[in-house]
Amino acid sequence: MIEISGLSKSFGAKQVLRGVDLVVPSGQSTVIIGGSGTGKSVLLKCILGLVQPDGGTIRLDGQDIRNGARDAFLARFGMLFQGAALFDSLPVWHNVAFRLLRGSLARPKAEARAIALDKLRRVGLDADVADLFPAELSGGMQKRVGLARAIAADPEIIFFDEPTTGLDPIMAGVINALIREIVSEMGATAITITHDMSSVRAIADRVAMIHAGKIRWEGPIADLDTTPDPYIQQFIHGRADGPIGTLR
Amino acid sequence: MSRWTAPLAALGRATLGALGATGRVTLFAGETLSHLVRPPFYFNEFWRACLNIGWLSLPVVGLTALFTGAALALQIYAGGARFSAEQVVPSITAIGMVRELGPVLGGLMVAARVASSIAAEIGTMKVTEQIDALTTLSTNAMKYLTVPRVLAATLCVPLLVGVGDIIGIMGGWAVGTTRLGFNSTTYLKNTWDFLQFWDVGSGLVKGAAFGFIVALMGCYHGMQSGRGAQGVGHATKSAVVAASVAILAANYLLTEAFFSA
Repeated sequence: MIEISGLSKSFGAKQVLRGVDLVVPSGQSTVIIGGSGTGKSVLLKCILGLVQPDGGTIRLDGQDIRNGARDAFLARFGMLFQGAALFDSLPVWHNVAFRLLRGSLARPKAEARAIALDKLRRVGLDADVADLFPAELSGGMQKRVGLARAIAADPEIIFFDEPTTGLDPIMAGVINALIREIVSEMGATAITITHDMSSVRAIADRVAMIHAGKIRWEGPIADLDTTPDPYIQQFIHGRADGPIGTLR
Repeated sequence: MSRWTAPLAALGRATLGALGATGRVTLFAGETLSHLVRPPFYFNEFWRACLNIGWLSLPVVGLTALFTGAALALQIYAGGARFSAEQVVPSITAIGMVRELGPVLGGLMVAARVASSIAAEIGTMKVTEQIDALTTLSTNAMKYLTVPRVLAATLCVPLLVGVGDIIGIMGGWAVGTTRLGFNSTTYLKNTWDFLQFWDVGSGLVKGAAFGFIVALMGCYHGMQSGRGAQGVGHATKSAVVAASVAILAANYLLTEAFFSA
Protein backbone atom coordinates (compact mmCIF):
# COMPACT_ATOMS: atom_id res chain seq x y z
CA MET A 1 0.00 0.00 0.00
CA ILE A 2 1.24 3.48 -0.86
CA GLU A 3 0.20 6.25 1.54
CA ILE A 4 0.82 9.83 0.49
CA SER A 5 0.29 12.50 3.09
CA GLY A 6 0.53 16.29 2.80
CA LEU A 7 2.78 16.12 -0.26
CA SER A 8 3.85 19.51 -1.59
CA LYS A 9 6.15 20.59 -4.38
CA SER A 10 6.94 23.93 -5.97
CA PHE A 11 9.00 24.82 -9.02
CA GLY A 12 10.14 28.38 -8.41
CA ALA A 13 7.08 30.48 -7.70
CA LYS A 14 4.72 27.85 -9.10
CA GLN A 15 3.27 25.56 -6.45
CA VAL A 16 2.28 22.37 -8.23
CA LEU A 17 1.35 20.10 -5.31
CA ARG A 18 -0.28 21.74 -2.29
CA GLY A 19 -0.73 18.92 0.17
CA VAL A 20 -1.74 15.77 -1.67
CA ASP A 21 -3.27 13.04 0.49
CA LEU A 22 -3.88 9.72 -1.23
CA VAL A 23 -3.91 6.03 -0.32
CA VAL A 24 -3.24 3.52 -3.10
CA PRO A 25 -4.38 0.04 -1.95
CA SER A 26 -2.21 -2.98 -2.76
CA GLY A 27 -3.21 -5.09 -5.73
CA GLN A 28 -5.56 -2.46 -7.12
CA SER A 29 -5.37 -0.24 -10.14
CA THR A 30 -5.70 3.44 -9.27
CA VAL A 31 -6.04 5.98 -12.04
CA ILE A 32 -5.21 9.63 -11.40
CA ILE A 33 -7.01 12.08 -13.63
CA GLY A 34 -6.74 15.84 -13.91
CA GLY A 35 -6.03 18.64 -16.33
CA SER A 36 -2.65 19.32 -17.91
CA GLY A 37 -0.15 20.89 -15.53
CA THR A 38 -1.98 19.85 -12.38
CA GLY A 39 0.98 17.84 -11.07
CA LYS A 40 0.02 14.27 -11.93
CA SER A 41 3.42 13.35 -13.35
CA VAL A 42 5.18 15.26 -10.56
CA LEU A 43 3.29 13.12 -8.04
CA LEU A 44 4.57 9.91 -9.66
CA LYS A 45 8.08 11.30 -9.86
CA CYS A 46 7.98 12.22 -6.17
CA ILE A 47 7.03 8.65 -5.29
CA LEU A 48 9.94 7.31 -7.37
CA GLY A 49 12.40 9.84 -5.98
CA LEU A 50 12.97 11.45 -9.39
CA VAL A 51 11.72 14.73 -7.91
CA GLN A 52 12.34 15.70 -4.29
CA PRO A 53 9.14 16.92 -2.61
CA ASP A 54 9.23 20.08 -0.49
CA GLY A 55 7.07 18.59 2.22
CA GLY A 56 4.87 15.67 3.23
CA THR A 57 5.53 11.98 3.48
CA ILE A 58 5.23 8.96 1.22
CA ARG A 59 5.03 5.54 2.82
CA LEU A 60 5.31 2.20 1.07
CA ASP A 61 3.91 -0.64 3.17
CA GLY A 62 4.21 1.59 6.22
CA GLN A 63 7.88 2.54 5.61
CA ASP A 64 8.88 6.10 4.78
CA ILE A 65 10.47 5.84 1.34
CA ARG A 66 13.30 8.17 2.38
CA ASN A 67 14.56 5.41 4.68
CA GLY A 68 16.01 2.17 3.40
CA ALA A 69 18.08 1.06 0.41
CA ARG A 70 17.18 2.90 -2.79
CA ASP A 71 18.05 0.04 -5.16
CA ALA A 72 15.85 -2.39 -3.25
CA PHE A 73 13.07 0.20 -3.28
CA LEU A 74 13.31 0.83 -7.03
CA ALA A 75 13.50 -2.91 -7.74
CA ARG A 76 9.88 -3.14 -6.59
CA PHE A 77 8.74 -0.70 -9.30
CA GLY A 78 8.19 -0.75 -13.03
CA MET A 79 7.26 2.30 -15.05
CA LEU A 80 5.88 2.95 -18.51
CA PHE A 81 6.82 6.50 -19.53
CA GLN A 82 4.64 8.76 -21.64
CA GLY A 83 6.96 8.60 -24.65
CA ALA A 84 8.10 5.05 -23.78
CA ALA A 85 11.61 6.46 -23.02
CA LEU A 86 13.34 3.55 -24.73
CA PHE A 87 17.12 3.75 -24.98
CA ASP A 88 17.87 4.59 -28.62
CA SER A 89 21.33 3.06 -28.61
CA LEU A 90 20.17 -0.37 -27.46
CA PRO A 91 18.20 -3.02 -29.37
CA VAL A 92 14.66 -3.75 -28.23
CA TRP A 93 15.49 -6.87 -26.25
CA HIS A 94 18.27 -5.03 -24.36
CA ASN A 95 15.75 -2.33 -23.49
CA VAL A 96 13.30 -4.89 -22.14
CA ALA A 97 15.96 -6.82 -20.24
CA PHE A 98 17.84 -3.72 -19.07
CA ARG A 99 17.23 -4.36 -15.39
CA LEU A 100 17.98 -8.07 -15.80
CA LEU A 101 21.41 -7.44 -17.33
CA ARG A 102 22.84 -5.38 -14.47
CA GLY A 103 22.51 -4.62 -10.79
CA SER A 104 20.92 -6.71 -8.08
CA LEU A 105 18.49 -8.46 -10.47
CA ALA A 106 21.20 -9.43 -13.01
CA ARG A 107 20.81 -12.80 -14.76
CA PRO A 108 22.93 -14.59 -17.36
CA LYS A 109 22.54 -12.94 -20.77
CA ALA A 110 20.76 -15.92 -22.38
CA GLU A 111 18.24 -16.07 -19.55
CA ALA A 112 17.68 -12.30 -19.69
CA ARG A 113 17.06 -12.51 -23.44
CA ALA A 114 14.63 -15.40 -22.98
CA ILE A 115 12.69 -13.37 -20.40
CA ALA A 116 12.71 -10.34 -22.71
CA LEU A 117 11.31 -12.41 -25.59
CA ASP A 118 8.65 -13.81 -23.28
CA LYS A 119 7.62 -10.32 -22.13
CA LEU A 120 7.58 -9.07 -25.72
CA ARG A 121 5.30 -11.96 -26.61
CA ARG A 122 3.14 -11.03 -23.61
CA VAL A 123 2.56 -7.56 -25.06
CA GLY A 124 1.85 -8.96 -28.52
CA LEU A 125 5.21 -8.46 -30.23
CA ASP A 126 7.05 -11.14 -32.19
CA ALA A 127 10.61 -12.21 -31.53
CA ASP A 128 11.44 -10.52 -34.87
CA VAL A 129 11.41 -7.10 -33.21
CA ALA A 130 13.85 -8.12 -30.47
CA ASP A 131 16.93 -7.15 -32.43
CA LEU A 132 15.52 -3.98 -33.96
CA PHE A 133 16.30 -0.56 -32.54
CA PRO A 134 13.54 1.62 -31.02
CA ALA A 135 13.73 4.11 -33.91
CA GLU A 136 12.66 1.31 -36.26
CA LEU A 137 9.35 0.80 -34.40
CA SER A 138 6.02 2.61 -34.66
CA GLY A 139 4.71 4.64 -31.69
CA GLY A 140 2.33 1.86 -30.66
CA MET A 141 5.09 -0.74 -30.81
CA GLN A 142 7.36 1.49 -28.75
CA LYS A 143 4.65 1.73 -26.08
CA ARG A 144 4.36 -2.03 -26.05
CA VAL A 145 8.13 -2.41 -25.68
CA GLY A 146 7.99 0.15 -22.84
CA LEU A 147 5.26 -1.92 -21.25
CA ALA A 148 7.34 -5.10 -21.65
CA ARG A 149 10.27 -3.30 -19.99
CA ALA A 150 8.05 -2.14 -17.13
CA ILE A 151 6.97 -5.72 -16.35
CA ALA A 152 10.26 -7.47 -17.19
CA ALA A 153 11.33 -7.96 -13.58
CA ASP A 154 7.80 -8.78 -12.35
CA PRO A 155 7.51 -5.66 -10.21
CA GLU A 156 5.03 -5.37 -7.35
CA ILE A 157 4.08 -1.81 -8.32
CA ILE A 158 3.70 -0.45 -11.85
CA PHE A 159 3.25 3.18 -12.90
CA PHE A 160 1.79 4.15 -16.26
CA ASP A 161 2.28 7.76 -17.32
CA GLU A 162 -0.20 8.69 -20.07
CA PRO A 163 -0.08 5.20 -21.62
CA THR A 164 -2.32 6.02 -24.59
CA THR A 165 -1.24 9.57 -25.45
CA GLY A 166 -0.44 9.91 -29.14
CA LEU A 167 -1.94 6.56 -30.14
CA ASP A 168 -4.86 5.97 -32.46
CA PRO A 169 -8.08 4.79 -30.73
CA ILE A 170 -7.60 1.16 -31.71
CA MET A 171 -4.00 1.00 -30.49
CA ALA A 172 -5.06 2.88 -27.34
CA GLY A 173 -7.69 0.21 -26.74
CA VAL A 174 -5.09 -2.52 -27.21
CA ILE A 175 -2.71 -0.87 -24.72
CA ASN A 176 -5.53 -0.34 -22.19
CA ALA A 177 -6.56 -3.99 -22.47
CA LEU A 178 -2.94 -5.11 -22.07
CA ILE A 179 -2.49 -2.98 -18.97
CA ARG A 180 -5.68 -4.31 -17.42
CA GLU A 181 -4.75 -7.92 -18.17
CA ILE A 182 -1.20 -7.59 -16.96
CA VAL A 183 -2.10 -5.81 -13.73
CA SER A 184 -4.80 -8.39 -12.93
CA GLU A 185 -2.59 -11.33 -13.90
CA MET A 186 0.42 -10.12 -11.89
CA GLY A 187 -1.65 -8.93 -8.94
CA ALA A 188 0.38 -5.72 -9.08
CA THR A 189 -0.44 -2.38 -7.54
CA ALA A 190 -0.85 0.10 -10.38
CA ILE A 191 -1.05 3.85 -10.67
CA THR A 192 -1.97 5.26 -14.06
CA ILE A 193 -2.02 8.90 -15.06
CA THR A 194 -4.25 9.82 -17.92
CA HIS A 195 -6.73 12.33 -19.29
CA ASP A 196 -8.27 9.70 -21.52
CA MET A 197 -11.63 8.67 -20.06
CA SER A 198 -11.77 5.44 -22.11
CA SER A 199 -8.47 4.47 -20.44
CA VAL A 200 -9.91 5.33 -17.04
CA ARG A 201 -12.90 3.06 -17.59
CA ALA A 202 -10.76 0.24 -18.98
CA ILE A 203 -7.98 0.30 -16.39
CA ALA A 204 -9.27 1.66 -13.08
CA ASP A 205 -10.44 -0.02 -9.90
CA ARG A 206 -10.24 3.35 -8.18
CA VAL A 207 -10.03 6.89 -9.50
CA ALA A 208 -8.52 10.01 -7.95
CA MET A 209 -8.84 13.47 -9.43
CA ILE A 210 -6.11 16.00 -8.79
CA HIS A 211 -6.97 19.66 -9.08
CA ALA A 212 -5.24 22.82 -7.86
CA GLY A 213 -2.47 20.72 -6.30
CA LYS A 214 -4.77 18.57 -4.15
CA ILE A 215 -6.84 15.42 -4.49
CA ARG A 216 -10.27 16.79 -5.34
CA TRP A 217 -12.15 13.47 -5.39
CA GLU A 218 -11.27 9.86 -4.84
CA GLY A 219 -13.37 6.71 -5.02
CA PRO A 220 -14.20 3.46 -6.83
CA ILE A 221 -14.66 3.58 -10.60
CA ALA A 222 -18.31 2.57 -10.11
CA ASP A 223 -18.96 5.88 -8.34
CA LEU A 224 -17.32 8.06 -10.94
CA ASP A 225 -20.38 8.71 -13.06
CA THR A 226 -22.76 9.19 -10.15
CA THR A 227 -20.71 11.52 -7.99
CA PRO A 228 -22.26 15.00 -7.81
CA ASP A 229 -18.82 16.64 -7.64
CA PRO A 230 -18.99 19.36 -10.30
CA TYR A 231 -15.25 19.15 -11.04
CA ILE A 232 -15.47 15.43 -11.79
CA GLN A 233 -18.61 15.87 -13.85
CA GLN A 234 -17.03 18.65 -15.91
CA PHE A 235 -13.85 16.64 -16.45
CA ILE A 236 -15.39 13.30 -17.39
CA HIS A 237 -17.85 14.91 -19.80
CA GLY A 238 -15.26 17.26 -21.23
CA ARG A 239 -17.41 20.36 -20.74
CA ALA A 240 -15.88 23.73 -21.48
CA ASP A 241 -18.02 25.42 -18.81
CA GLY A 242 -17.72 24.64 -15.16
CA PRO A 243 -15.59 25.23 -12.08
CA ILE A 244 -12.36 24.02 -13.69
CA GLY A 245 -12.66 26.41 -16.58
CA THR A 246 -13.43 29.37 -14.32
CA LEU A 247 -10.37 28.69 -12.20
CA ARG A 248 -7.95 28.53 -15.14
CA MET B 1 18.64 51.48 -9.92
CA SER B 2 20.23 54.47 -11.61
CA ARG B 3 21.63 54.38 -15.11
CA TRP B 4 25.09 54.71 -13.55
CA THR B 5 24.80 51.59 -11.41
CA ALA B 6 22.96 49.44 -13.98
CA PRO B 7 26.16 48.41 -15.83
CA LEU B 8 27.76 47.48 -12.52
CA ALA B 9 24.74 45.38 -11.61
CA ALA B 10 24.91 43.63 -14.99
CA LEU B 11 28.61 42.97 -14.48
CA GLY B 12 27.92 41.64 -11.01
CA ARG B 13 25.19 39.32 -12.30
CA ALA B 14 27.47 38.02 -15.06
CA THR B 15 30.30 37.45 -12.58
CA LEU B 16 28.06 35.62 -10.13
CA GLY B 17 26.66 33.56 -12.99
CA ALA B 18 30.14 32.60 -14.17
CA LEU B 19 31.26 31.71 -10.64
CA GLY B 20 28.11 29.67 -10.09
CA ALA B 21 28.64 27.78 -13.36
CA THR B 22 32.29 27.13 -12.46
CA GLY B 23 31.21 25.77 -9.09
CA ARG B 24 28.60 23.51 -10.65
CA VAL B 25 31.06 22.14 -13.23
CA THR B 26 33.62 21.55 -10.47
CA LEU B 27 31.08 19.63 -8.38
CA PHE B 28 30.08 17.65 -11.46
CA ALA B 29 33.74 16.82 -12.14
CA GLY B 30 34.22 15.77 -8.50
CA GLU B 31 31.17 13.54 -8.65
CA THR B 32 32.39 12.00 -11.90
CA LEU B 33 35.80 11.25 -10.40
CA SER B 34 34.23 9.73 -7.30
CA HIS B 35 32.14 7.39 -9.48
CA LEU B 36 35.25 6.44 -11.49
CA VAL B 37 36.62 4.48 -8.55
CA ARG B 38 33.36 2.96 -7.28
CA PRO B 39 31.56 0.00 -8.86
CA PRO B 40 29.52 -0.88 -10.79
CA PHE B 41 31.51 -0.25 -13.99
CA TYR B 42 29.83 -0.36 -17.38
CA PHE B 43 32.46 -1.85 -19.68
CA ASN B 44 30.21 -2.12 -22.73
CA GLU B 45 29.42 1.59 -22.50
CA PHE B 46 33.13 2.31 -22.09
CA TRP B 47 34.10 0.35 -25.22
CA ARG B 48 31.30 1.97 -27.19
CA ALA B 49 32.54 5.40 -26.07
CA CYS B 50 36.13 4.47 -27.02
CA LEU B 51 34.95 3.54 -30.51
CA ASN B 52 32.99 6.77 -30.92
CA ILE B 53 35.50 9.14 -29.36
CA GLY B 54 38.76 7.49 -30.39
CA TRP B 55 38.40 5.50 -33.57
CA LEU B 56 35.72 7.59 -35.27
CA SER B 57 37.54 10.87 -34.51
CA LEU B 58 40.71 9.63 -36.19
CA PRO B 59 39.92 10.87 -39.72
CA VAL B 60 39.13 14.45 -38.65
CA VAL B 61 42.10 14.65 -36.27
CA GLY B 62 44.41 13.08 -38.87
CA LEU B 63 43.35 15.45 -41.66
CA THR B 64 43.67 18.45 -39.32
CA ALA B 65 47.18 17.37 -38.31
CA LEU B 66 48.22 16.65 -41.90
CA PHE B 67 47.30 20.09 -43.23
CA THR B 68 48.55 21.86 -40.11
CA GLY B 69 51.97 20.17 -40.34
CA ALA B 70 52.21 21.00 -44.03
CA ALA B 71 51.26 24.66 -43.52
CA LEU B 72 53.58 24.94 -40.53
CA ALA B 73 56.54 23.73 -42.59
CA LEU B 74 55.81 26.35 -45.26
CA GLN B 75 55.50 29.13 -42.66
CA ILE B 76 58.68 28.17 -40.84
CA TYR B 77 60.56 27.97 -44.12
CA ALA B 78 59.32 31.43 -45.15
CA GLY B 79 60.10 32.90 -41.73
CA GLY B 80 63.46 31.14 -41.40
CA ALA B 81 64.54 32.39 -44.85
CA ARG B 82 64.56 35.95 -43.46
CA PHE B 83 67.64 35.14 -41.41
CA SER B 84 69.01 32.20 -43.42
CA ALA B 85 67.70 29.55 -41.03
CA GLU B 86 65.72 27.38 -43.42
CA GLN B 87 67.34 24.26 -42.00
CA VAL B 88 65.27 24.55 -38.80
CA VAL B 89 62.08 23.54 -40.64
CA PRO B 90 62.10 19.83 -39.57
CA SER B 91 62.90 20.50 -35.94
CA ILE B 92 60.54 23.45 -35.41
CA THR B 93 57.72 21.75 -37.30
CA ALA B 94 58.12 18.71 -35.07
CA ILE B 95 58.28 20.63 -31.81
CA GLY B 96 55.37 22.87 -32.84
CA MET B 97 53.26 19.86 -33.65
CA VAL B 98 53.97 17.69 -30.62
CA ARG B 99 53.99 20.41 -27.97
CA GLU B 100 51.19 22.70 -29.12
CA LEU B 101 49.37 22.25 -32.40
CA GLY B 102 48.87 18.49 -32.17
CA PRO B 103 47.19 18.52 -28.77
CA VAL B 104 45.39 21.88 -29.10
CA LEU B 105 44.00 21.43 -32.60
CA GLY B 106 43.31 17.76 -31.94
CA GLY B 107 41.50 18.72 -28.74
CA LEU B 108 39.48 21.41 -30.50
CA MET B 109 38.48 19.07 -33.31
CA VAL B 110 37.44 16.43 -30.78
CA ALA B 111 35.54 19.14 -28.88
CA ALA B 112 33.64 20.05 -32.04
CA ARG B 113 32.88 16.45 -32.88
CA VAL B 114 32.51 14.73 -29.51
CA ALA B 115 31.36 17.38 -26.99
CA SER B 116 28.51 18.30 -29.33
CA SER B 117 27.57 14.69 -29.91
CA ILE B 118 27.64 13.80 -26.19
CA ALA B 119 25.66 16.90 -25.19
CA ALA B 120 23.04 16.30 -27.90
CA GLU B 121 22.72 12.61 -27.02
CA ILE B 122 22.43 13.11 -23.27
CA GLY B 123 20.27 16.22 -23.71
CA THR B 124 17.87 14.26 -25.90
CA MET B 125 17.87 11.44 -23.36
CA LYS B 126 16.95 13.97 -20.70
CA VAL B 127 14.08 15.58 -22.57
CA THR B 128 12.66 12.20 -23.63
CA GLU B 129 12.77 10.96 -20.01
CA GLN B 130 15.38 8.30 -20.80
CA ILE B 131 17.48 9.50 -17.87
CA ASP B 132 14.46 9.20 -15.56
CA ALA B 133 13.94 5.72 -17.01
CA LEU B 134 17.55 4.81 -16.16
CA THR B 135 16.96 5.87 -12.57
CA THR B 136 13.77 3.84 -12.27
CA LEU B 137 15.75 0.87 -13.59
CA SER B 138 18.13 1.24 -10.63
CA THR B 139 20.93 2.62 -12.80
CA ASN B 140 22.86 5.72 -11.80
CA ALA B 141 22.95 8.05 -14.82
CA MET B 142 26.34 9.48 -13.79
CA LYS B 143 27.87 6.03 -13.72
CA TYR B 144 26.17 4.79 -16.86
CA LEU B 145 26.46 7.86 -19.07
CA THR B 146 29.17 10.17 -17.75
CA VAL B 147 31.89 7.93 -16.34
CA PRO B 148 32.39 5.73 -19.44
CA ARG B 149 32.52 8.76 -21.75
CA VAL B 150 34.90 10.77 -19.57
CA LEU B 151 37.21 7.80 -19.05
CA ALA B 152 37.17 6.90 -22.74
CA ALA B 153 37.95 10.48 -23.81
CA THR B 154 40.74 10.82 -21.22
CA LEU B 155 42.39 7.66 -22.52
CA CYS B 156 41.65 8.00 -26.24
CA VAL B 157 42.47 11.65 -26.92
CA PRO B 158 46.18 11.21 -26.02
CA LEU B 159 46.29 8.33 -28.52
CA LEU B 160 44.65 10.55 -31.12
CA VAL B 161 47.17 13.30 -30.33
CA GLY B 162 50.04 10.79 -30.73
CA VAL B 163 48.76 9.66 -34.10
CA GLY B 164 48.07 13.29 -35.06
CA ASP B 165 51.65 14.22 -34.11
CA ILE B 166 53.03 11.59 -36.47
CA ILE B 167 50.67 12.59 -39.29
CA GLY B 168 51.45 16.29 -38.75
CA ILE B 169 55.18 15.68 -38.89
CA MET B 170 54.68 13.63 -42.03
CA GLY B 171 52.67 16.54 -43.50
CA GLY B 172 55.69 18.78 -42.88
CA TRP B 173 57.99 16.13 -44.32
CA ALA B 174 55.84 15.82 -47.46
CA VAL B 175 55.97 19.58 -48.08
CA GLY B 176 59.63 19.81 -47.07
CA THR B 177 60.76 17.11 -49.47
CA THR B 178 58.49 17.92 -52.41
CA ARG B 179 58.28 21.72 -52.27
CA LEU B 180 61.18 23.00 -50.18
CA GLY B 181 64.01 20.86 -51.45
CA PHE B 182 64.83 18.90 -48.27
CA ASN B 183 66.40 15.48 -48.46
CA SER B 184 63.96 12.91 -47.08
CA THR B 185 66.44 11.07 -44.85
CA THR B 186 67.96 14.29 -43.51
CA TYR B 187 64.53 15.74 -42.76
CA LEU B 188 63.49 12.71 -40.76
CA LYS B 189 66.88 12.45 -39.00
CA ASN B 190 66.74 16.12 -37.96
CA THR B 191 63.22 15.63 -36.64
CA TRP B 192 64.13 12.52 -34.68
CA ASP B 193 67.37 13.95 -33.27
CA PHE B 194 65.77 17.19 -32.13
CA LEU B 195 62.72 15.85 -30.32
CA GLN B 196 63.03 14.99 -26.62
CA PHE B 197 60.85 12.61 -24.68
CA TRP B 198 59.11 15.37 -22.72
CA ASP B 199 58.22 17.26 -25.90
CA VAL B 200 56.05 14.34 -26.89
CA GLY B 201 55.06 13.39 -23.32
CA SER B 202 53.81 16.87 -22.45
CA GLY B 203 51.60 16.87 -25.54
CA LEU B 204 50.11 13.51 -24.59
CA VAL B 205 49.42 14.72 -21.03
CA LYS B 206 47.71 17.76 -22.55
CA GLY B 207 45.70 15.42 -24.73
CA ALA B 208 44.48 13.51 -21.66
CA ALA B 209 43.49 16.77 -19.96
CA PHE B 210 41.71 17.99 -23.09
CA GLY B 211 39.89 14.66 -23.48
CA PHE B 212 38.67 14.91 -19.89
CA ILE B 213 37.48 18.47 -20.49
CA VAL B 214 35.68 17.61 -23.74
CA ALA B 215 33.71 14.69 -22.33
CA LEU B 216 33.02 16.45 -19.05
CA MET B 217 31.59 19.51 -20.81
CA GLY B 218 29.54 17.35 -23.16
CA CYS B 219 28.06 15.36 -20.28
CA TYR B 220 27.53 18.37 -18.00
CA HIS B 221 25.72 20.46 -20.59
CA GLY B 222 23.72 17.44 -21.76
CA MET B 223 22.58 16.75 -18.20
CA GLN B 224 21.68 20.44 -17.76
CA SER B 225 19.77 20.58 -21.04
CA GLY B 226 16.51 22.52 -21.10
CA ARG B 227 13.28 21.22 -22.58
CA GLY B 228 12.62 20.67 -26.26
CA ALA B 229 14.73 21.03 -29.38
CA GLN B 230 15.81 24.52 -28.37
CA GLY B 231 17.07 23.29 -25.01
CA VAL B 232 19.10 20.50 -26.61
CA GLY B 233 20.46 22.91 -29.23
CA HIS B 234 21.52 25.36 -26.54
CA ALA B 235 23.16 22.58 -24.52
CA THR B 236 25.07 21.41 -27.59
CA LYS B 237 26.32 24.90 -28.41
CA SER B 238 27.28 25.56 -24.79
CA ALA B 239 29.19 22.28 -24.59
CA VAL B 240 31.31 23.07 -27.65
CA VAL B 241 31.99 26.68 -26.61
CA ALA B 242 32.80 25.74 -23.01
CA ALA B 243 35.02 22.82 -24.04
CA SER B 244 36.91 24.95 -26.60
CA VAL B 245 37.54 27.83 -24.20
CA ALA B 246 38.49 25.45 -21.38
CA ILE B 247 40.95 23.64 -23.70
CA LEU B 248 42.68 26.89 -24.64
CA ALA B 249 42.83 28.03 -21.00
CA ALA B 250 44.06 24.64 -19.81
CA ASN B 251 46.65 24.62 -22.59
CA TYR B 252 48.12 27.89 -21.32
CA LEU B 253 48.17 26.67 -17.72
CA LEU B 254 49.75 23.34 -18.64
CA THR B 255 52.34 25.02 -20.87
CA GLU B 256 53.16 27.37 -18.02
CA ALA B 257 53.48 24.43 -15.64
CA PHE B 258 55.58 22.29 -18.00
CA PHE B 259 57.87 24.78 -19.71
CA SER B 260 58.10 28.03 -17.75
CA ALA B 261 61.65 28.81 -16.69
